[in-house]
This record gives sequence, C-alpha cells and structure tokens, in this order.
Amino acid sequence: MIKVLAKSVREYKAASILSPFFVALEVVMECLIPFIISKLVNSIDVAAGATVKMSEIWMYGGILIAMAFASLLFGALAGAFCAKASAGFAKNLRKDLYYKVQDFSFENIDKFSTPSLVTRMTTDVTNVQFAYMMLIRMAVRSPLMMVFSLVMTFVMGGSLGWIFVAVIPPLALLLLLIAKKAMPLFHRVFKKYDNLNESIQENIRGMRVVKSFVREDYEKKKFDHAATDVQMDFTKAERILAWNHPIMQFFFYGVLSTVLFLGSYFILRSNGATSVGEVSQLIVYGMQILMSLMMLSFVFVMLIMSVESARRICEILAEESTITSPENAVTEVENGDIDFNDVSFKYSAAAERYALEDVDLHIKSGETIGIIGGTGSSKTTLVNLISRLYDATEGAVCVGGRNVKDYDLTALRNSVAVVLQKNELFSGTIKENLRWGDANATDEELVEACKLAQADEFIQGFPNGYDTFIEQGGTNVSGGQKQRLCIARALLKKPKVLILDDSTSAVDTQTDALIRKAFREYIPQTTKIIIAQRTSSVEDADRIIIMDNGKINAIGTHKQLLGKNPIYTEVYTTQNKKSNDDMMSGGGDNE
Amino acid sequence: MSRSPMRGGKAMGGRPPKRKMEKGVMWRTIKAVFKCYPKMMTFTLIFIIINAIISSIPSIFMERVFSVVDKALKAGAGWSEYGTEITWNMLTLIGLYVISLTMGAIDKQLMAIITQGFLKKMRGRMFDGMQNLPIKYFDANSNGDIMSYYTNDIDALRQMISQSLPQFLTSSIMVLTLFFIMLWYSLWLTLIVLGGVVFIFIVTKIVGGGAGKYFVGQQRAVGKTEGFIEEMMNGQKVVKVFCHEEAAKADFDKVNEHLYDQSNRANRYANMLMPILGNIGHVLYVIIALIGGAFIINSVSNISIGSLAGAGLTVFNIALVVAFLQMTRQFCNNINQVSNQINSVVMGVAGAKRVFDLIDQQSEADDGYVTLVNAREVDGVITECEERTDVWAWKHPHGDGTVTYTKLCGDVVLDEVDFEYEKGKPVLQDVSIYAKPGQKVAFVGATGAGKTTITNLINRFYDIADGKIRYDGININKIKKADLRRSLGIVLQDTNLFTGTVMDNIRYGKLDATDEECIAAAKLAGADDFIRRLPDGYNTMLTSNGANLSQGQRQLVSIARAAVADPPVMILDEATSSIDTRTEAIVSRGMDALMHGRTVFVIAHRLSTVKNSDVIIVLDHGRIIERGSHEKLIEQKGQYYRLYTGAFELE
Repeated sequence: MIKVLAKSVREYKAASILSPFFVALEVVMECLIPFIISKLVNSIDVAAGATVKMSEIWMYGGILIAMAFASLLFGALAGAFCAKASAGFAKNLRKDLYYKVQDFSFENIDKFSTPSLVTRMTTDVTNVQFAYMMLIRMAVRSPLMMVFSLVMTFVMGGSLGWIFVAVIPPLALLLLLIAKKAMPLFHRVFKKYDNLNESIQENIRGMRVVKSFVREDYEKKKFDHAATDVQMDFTKAERILAWNHPIMQFFFYGVLSTVLFLGSYFILRSNGATSVGEVSQLIVYGMQILMSLMMLSFVFVMLIMSVESARRICEILAEESTITSPENAVTEVENGDIDFNDVSFKYSAAAERYALEDVDLHIKSGETIGIIGGTGSSKTTLVNLISRLYDATEGAVCVGGRNVKDYDLTALRNSVAVVLQKNELFSGTIKENLRWGDANATDEELVEACKLAQADEFIQGFPNGYDTFIEQGGTNVSGGQKQRLCIARALLKKPKVLILDDSTSAVDTQTDALIRKAFREYIPQTTKIIIAQRTSSVEDADRIIIMDNGKINAIGTHKQLLGKNPIYTEVYTTQNKKSNDDMMSGGGDNE
Repeated sequence: MSRSPMRGGKAMGGRPPKRKMEKGVMWRTIKAVFKCYPKMMTFTLIFIIINAIISSIPSIFMERVFSVVDKALKAGAGWSEYGTEITWNMLTLIGLYVISLTMGAIDKQLMAIITQGFLKKMRGRMFDGMQNLPIKYFDANSNGDIMSYYTNDIDALRQMISQSLPQFLTSSIMVLTLFFIMLWYSLWLTLIVLGGVVFIFIVTKIVGGGAGKYFVGQQRAVGKTEGFIEEMMNGQKVVKVFCHEEAAKADFDKVNEHLYDQSNRANRYANMLMPILGNIGHVLYVIIALIGGAFIINSVSNISIGSLAGAGLTVFNIALVVAFLQMTRQFCNNINQVSNQINSVVMGVAGAKRVFDLIDQQSEADDGYVTLVNAREVDGVITECEERTDVWAWKHPHGDGTVTYTKLCGDVVLDEVDFEYEKGKPVLQDVSIYAKPGQKVAFVGATGAGKTTITNLINRFYDIADGKIRYDGININKIKKADLRRSLGIVLQDTNLFTGTVMDNIRYGKLDATDEECIAAAKLAGADDFIRRLPDGYNTMLTSNGANLSQGQRQLVSIARAAVADPPVMILDEATSSIDTRTEAIVSRGMDALMHGRTVFVIAHRLSTVKNSDVIIVLDHGRIIERGSHEKLIEQKGQYYRLYTGAFELE
C-alpha cells in the first residue's frame, strides 16, 4: 500500500525530505536550548562563591537568542516544506485517482459506484493528506525529540537521566494500551455515528412522507434510541481516552518531584558540582520527553485511523481498466456494418445468469434498427457491446467487419456515437456542451446538428441562444430539450453508427418523428439503432428487434410483427388502446 | 486524540468562522450545558479551576527548594542539616500533586460524560424541533445545508465543549495565577514579560490572520473541487462515450492546482505559527535572564507584592530569578495555548449559533381543534368509541361547548383558491375543484403548472386563507393537522423508503398492521410478486433509500405503504411514473382496486394513467384551462387533445 501511495509524491519528494530534515534541526536546537539556558542560569548562579558573571550572561544570552532564531527559522521552514509536501501529495493523489478513473471502463465504474468514487477523491484524500503531514513532521519530531532529550539529560544530569529511562517504558506501554483499547471502540462508534447521520439524512429527505403519515413522534423515538446508543458508545470510548491526560500528568509529576528531590540531594551531596540550573533544565527535558511520547501515541492513532482511507485510495489506484486499446490497433472504422456472432454476456464472472444469451445479429451499414422490450430485457446491454463499453463474454462483436477488440478505443467510439439513457449535460454553455462531440466544430456545424436534432428552434428562443449557460446536471432545460441537445452532441461526431438509448422519451411524438425524418434524409449512410419505449418511435424502422429476458425474441418489420409477435402486439395495443373513438393516430404515452 | 483531527477535512469544511464572537451564544451554550448536568458541571468547573491553580505553583516550590539549597551551599552545610526542610517542601508539593491528579482524572471522566450527554441532548432537540417544522422550511433549505447542522456544527460544538473551552479556561486561569505569582516575586520582571505577551498577540494576529484568510480560500477551493469531481463522476459514462477523457483531465488539473495553492498557503501559515510563538518565548526568556542577572549583580532592590507583604524578596537572588524564568516559560506556553484555542472557540460558537438557530425555528403552527375519532354509526347517529371500528368521524367541538360528529367520507372542495409561495408570484389562481367521495380527479399540465401545489394545500403542507378548502364540509384550517393527514394517503414521485426491511417500510403506513395486512396491501399495490422474488422476500433489508430496488419497484412499495394505511382520500403524485407501460398494465388492476371507494387525486404525465378518471383537470400556469372526462376533453380538441395525440410536449 505504501509503495502505491508513495508513487504520488513525485515532484514533492524534495519538500518531503526537507521537511523532516528541518524538523530534525529544529529538534536539535530545541534540545540544546535548555542546555544553554542551564549555562545561563549557572552564570547567574552566585552560589559557587563567585559573583554573577555578566559577560557570561551576555555570551550565553547571545548564543541563546541566535539559537532561538535558528530554531524559529528551522521550524518555520519545516512547517512550510511540510505544508508544500502534504498539499502537493494530496494534489497528486487526487490527480492520479481522477486520471485513473478517466481510464476506467464501464465495468470498473459500476464496481465502485459514483458516490464512493467521489468520497475517495475528496474525504479520503483529505484524511491521507492529514496523515502525511503528521508523518513527515510529528512522526519525525517526537522520536527525535525523545532521543535527543534523553541524551541531554545524561549529559547534564548524569545518573539522573536514568529516571527518564525508567519512566518511558511503562508510560509508553500504558499509552499504547489505552490507544489499543479505545481504537476498536472508536471504529465501531464512528460507524454507528455515520449510520445515525445517514438516518437523519433519510428523515430530512423523506420529510413529506413523515408528515403525510404523521410519523413525527415515531421518528423522534427512533432517533432518540439511535442517538442514545451512539452517546453510550462514544462516552465509553472517550472515557478510556480520558485517562491519557491524568496518566501523563502522573508521570510528569512523579518525574518532576523525583528530579527536584534527588537533584537537590545531589547538589548538596556534591557540594555544588551539579548546579541548580542543570536541575531546573532537567525538568524541562523531562517535560519534552513525556510530551513527545504523548505526541507519538497520538500520531500512532491518527495514522491507524487513516489506514482505511489509504486502503480505499489504493483500491482505485491498483484497479486495472478492464478495457484497453490493443497494440497495433486499427484506427479506421470502414463502415457501419455491425455483427453479433453468437454473443453471450454477463456482467460479472460470478453472475449466475447471462444478461445476453446467444445473440446472432447482422446489421448492414445505413440500416435503421428499432429495439423494443420491457425493463430488464437487456436492450441497453446489447447496444453497449457495440462501442465496446463492455466486452462480450462469449462470441464476437464486429463493427465495419472487424472485431471491436481490434480497434483503438478512441477511433471506435468516435465512429460509434451513443446517446445514453441516463444522459448528462455539463455546466457550461450550450456551445461548450455541443463541442464535446467535435472540439473543432464551427458555429455553423453546431447549428446544423441542432437543426437535425430539432433543437435549433428552442435554442434560438433562449435570450443568449447558443451561449446559454447550462447549470450542473442540465437542470435549467426541460427533459425533452436535454435529450435533443444530447442527440445533437452525438451527431457532431459524424458517426458511422448512431445509437439512441431511449433518448427521445421526453420528446413529443411529432418532434420525435421529425428527428427520425432528418436522420433518414441527412445521414442515410449512418447505421441508426433506436431503443424506445414507444412503438411509434420504431414503427418505420427497417427492422425491429424484440428483446425479452436477454434474448432476441423476434426480428421483423412493424407489419411482420404486429399481430404475430405477442410482446410487440401487447405493447402496441396498450399504447394505442382503441378508445371509444378511434381518433388515435400515432399517440402514446407522454412520459 | 478524538474524532476531529481524523475528520479534519470535514470539521474544517464548515463555514469560515466569523471573527465576531457572539457573547450571547456563548452564554447560552454554557447555560445549556449547566442545565443538562447541573451537579457534574459544577464539580467539573471547580475541579478545573483548582487544578489549574495547582498546576501553576510547582515553580513556587522549586524556588523554595532551590532557596534552601542556595542557603545550604552558602552556609557550606550539607544534606544532613537542610534535608528535612527540603523533604517537607517536597511532601507538600506531592500532596498538592495528588489532589491535582485526582481532580484531573475525575474532571476528565466527567467531561467525557458531559460532552456526549450534552451533544446527545442537542441532537435530540434539533431533531425533535425539526420534526415539527413546516414543509416550507425543507423546501427553502437544501438537504445538505440541514445535514451540516448535524455534522459540521455538532462537531464544532463538541470540539468546543470537550476541548477548547476547558483548555481555554485552564490556560486563562493559569495565566492569571502565574501573573499574580509573578507579581508576588517581581514587578519589573513581570512588566517585561507582559511586554513580550503583547508582542505574541500581535504576531498571532498577523500570522493567524493570514492562515485564517487562506483557510477560507482553501474551503472555497475544496468546495469547488468537490463540486467538479461530483459532476464529472456523475457524467463519467458520457465522458467515456465521447472520448472526452483528455479534456476532462485538463479541466481537472486547473481546479486541482488552485486547491493545492490555497491549501499550501493556509497550512504554511498554520504550521509556522507554533515555532514562531515558541521561540518568542525563548527570546523573552533570555531577556529575563539578562535583566535578572544584571539586577542580581547590581543588587537592585526588588519591588513586588511579596516584598510589600513583607515576605522578604527585597533583593534579587538566584533562586528568585530561576523560579521566575520557570514561570516565564510556563506563562508563555499558556499564552500560546490561549491564542491557539481562540480560533477553535470562535468556530465552536459559530457552530453553536447555528445549532440554536435550528432549535429556535418556528415550528409548524396548528390551531386545529377538530379531531379524527373512531366512531360507531347506529341509525344515522354517530357516536364516538374507543376501539377501532373502521368507521371514522370528525369530532367538532363548538364554542358553546357542544360537540358534533361528522362521518369521514372524503368529500373535498376547493373554492376559488389563490396561492403564492412568494409574494407577487401567483402559483394558483381561482382554482375550484369538487371531489365527491369515491371520485377520481386527475391533474394534467406541464411542470410548474401548479399540480403538486394543489395537493400541498389539501394536506396543509402550506396554508391558505380560511374557508377556501373544505373536507367533509369542515374548513380544513379547523382540523388538527395530524388528524387531517392521517385521513389522507399520499404517494409521491420521489419515493422515500427508510432503512429497514421491506415489511417495515410497508408497515410505516400503519404501525400496528399485522404481517398479513402488509402483505395484503402489497398484493393490492401489485408489489407482492416482485417482493417475493427478492432474496429475503419481505425481510429483505433496504438501505440508502432502497438502492437495491429499481425506481419502479420503489414506487410499488410506496404505494403498498399508502394502501396499508387505508385512508379515505388518496393523493398519487406521479406515483407510477417510473413503472414501464407493460408493468403498469399489470399494476393498474391493483391500482384500480386500491382506488375503489376512495376519493383519489392523481397527478400523472402519462395520460394512460389518468384516462379513466371521473374528472380530468388541465392546468396551465396555475389556472384551470379545461376540465371534464377524457371523452369530453378529446371532443373539445383543446390542449388535452393535443397532449393526448402527442402533438405537445409536457416536460
């Protein structure tokens, strides 16, 4: 895991090394400062019989101020490098994650789900950034501080240093014990806490339901129950952690008293060989040692807690795209022929059922194919294989006479344009959105495509025309308008194959017909595949494919199927139920 | 070592702290904590204060011990002469430590209990208050905003109660105590230290202010990056289909680079603050040492409270200076603590303010006094009874003390209703509707035509002027909201299922329904079939709003949920919009059975759903433009006809 993450440090390697380097220098300074201070104190010390040595005070004072400035400089530099390294590391991580996801296949995307991808790129990266900051600063600082301080205690206090050596193991053990005991509790309670928040979210989202069913009191009781549970667990965990401080204090007080007592004893016994200044600074070192132990246990817990986030990030970084372009890929799609040669498909190897079974289908360039079938009949699955959004499990899918696996992915997908069922516009102007289809399209080309998709008229109606800004998710255009914009965007690719996956469901039947008419007249060579709910959308297709339960149930023209194929007939009649009056022409539902 | 650093990103994710501290909020928070745990809190407070005072006095003992040592050395005496004096001093010190430790330990334990208990209480108060808020509130505020009360603001509050405030208090008391001790020892040296403190505050303001500015910038950049990532992840499949990966990467790099820049600056300032403050302390230390040394040499007479009180200390000596140096160090540390905590306290207060804002929200007004009761009808006379009879009546107490009972039938009348959500933007104008018991009334019209608004008025999610809407002849403003809503069943387009089993979700409609009743309701709604095919049937767990079901299946479950409540009036707002036409044909039989004998309001895009209604009302911009049966409207060849023939786009 560390290896995977470390790859993202890159250009921030220097900062990542300089940060601990300056931390080390800062620690050295900080450890020397009390030493000099003791010298300073000693030079004030007149107990040895001499007078106060003012010159010495000046000297040590000067050294001390110089060291304080050095320490300040090192500390500030360490802080600055640390900020740069951790912010940079986070940037690279986000970038690597994002780039990786760009190369994901549909299968990879399905595996992780969108919200989970978003969390990994945001919250998880922030957690790791924080951990990294800890790692290159605190995790370096604390042990160094401890070791240096310990050395200094021996230098200054001689055998008094052993007091600290004696104190470290039991304290470390106790702190570790607390951390170990508290951590699983925290893990559990965080999960419960998240659940609690999730149920609040559910409640807020479903407030209309709550109020309609007059379930306010029920919800309050439910919440109180869950909140009490969280409270209990949290209290338990925090109470364990709350021992950290008194334990620290106990050891600190113990060390302080012992040093003070033994120190005085030694001074008097040695008749001044050990000095007051030294003893008072020993206490400072003692404090530093204990504080760094405390920090260390804190860093330890923080690092452990961020492991989960790191793991989730690595999961993405380690994921290999299931679909990649082959070597020596073909970059030219010759024509719009499509062949399914005994194709079967399932979404995962573990799946029991095939989503598509034994599909053998041959479509000639320029044909218009309609596909009809109920929810879950695998209409979308079928067309997704054509632009290699998924790979067939068995059999081969060919476009332009070649297996789709032979093509360069970009070349294939530029020739096979898909208007997805769950389509998205992006925040930006209409022009910017349209140019997704062709980055170099002229304004005239944009208008032309929009005319074909019957979108030009309403776009011209907007005050800003083609420069109208589309909000995130395309919320400021209606469903039908959005679908037509998406079709125009796909047309701009000038594809050899155009696939519309239920892309005109919100468009009225007349406009729908106009779009199909435009297809016939202006892009006759393009193979058109239209998935629809309404039979009216496919009636005039060259052939209609009826999908049922992952299999092709029937293929034929409207005339051939009507009255003969039970599914087609049923769908047709429900939608065109002859009412008392038989005025119904093409009408259907208007979803 | 608590949650916050781990969740640092989120905790920082709150709104930037307002610099202005609101005193009122602070007091209110403290009062609220005290009210929650009056005894514990008093003890904690006392313990914190005593503990803080004790923690500041080791330097006094150090001075006394060293004084003795000093004296001994000067006298050329050894341990044997002065040992007992030192030991006594030590024993007193240890005694104080024991008190401090005990209090510290108890105080930390109490604090853990108080914090979590208080947070629980605040969460509860927010949640309970929220249940009583009008729908208007939820329409006006985004889910994310409301959620952040429970996450960011509660987190900030926790941080403040459990850490910042106690530490702030401890440090402040220690600063005060040390200040007095320092004054006791030497006025001059104290003044010098004070000068240093002023300097520390100035530096904190400059550096801390810089950090604050960039943290706000970082927050904004984080928001922007998250928004970008969310949009792109949602559209990732479109990106793939259009081979737009490279452009998407380039766009991302720009946003990401900006975030890095802001984050780097903010953290740089924040990381630099501590070394700077710490070393100012060192410099101050040197200055004290120099001046102290000079004073000793020149035997400067010392002015201090101690000397005035006659406790010696009239001349500077080594023990005094050493002790004072120790105090200087402690003093600076605590000043640093205080300046560190201020920001966190400010953030906590901002969080507390928002929490109180939510609690203080005006709850949904309800002046209704007509209630729904179980009833028995004998010879046309309705009497109230305790047990469930499946006959319901409106209990209507009148001003003169009499009580009348009206049988619940489901007769709904809207009489020339006008309504606007915002002043000057009418949503409904002059809408009159008469729904007789058992009738099916359908609303058809484009998005924003006012269909859903009408249902919002019937169940009083929004209130209108008196007397315009009557239910069984009773002005609905007189009916208690809970009872009114109990008599209405609603199925919404955005189905909201709750975490729990399918059975639990259906039972939500009637909490005391038996399993059989729930299954019967599911059958009625046409949901039984697919539910049985789920892995655990009716016991299948649903999570995250039923993510494991299709939208159509979710709608079926929510129809079953309404069915089990068995209300006389039902409102179906796009209840079957996501069920495909084939399935709908199957469900429609169940729906017909469900609607039988009830007054039903139907809103649907799909005209096949509304065709068999008794009345179809076509709305346009808040006005009724056509009304009548399907056949009649088709004959009229108006808007409905155009819609029906597909010549007009609804959405």
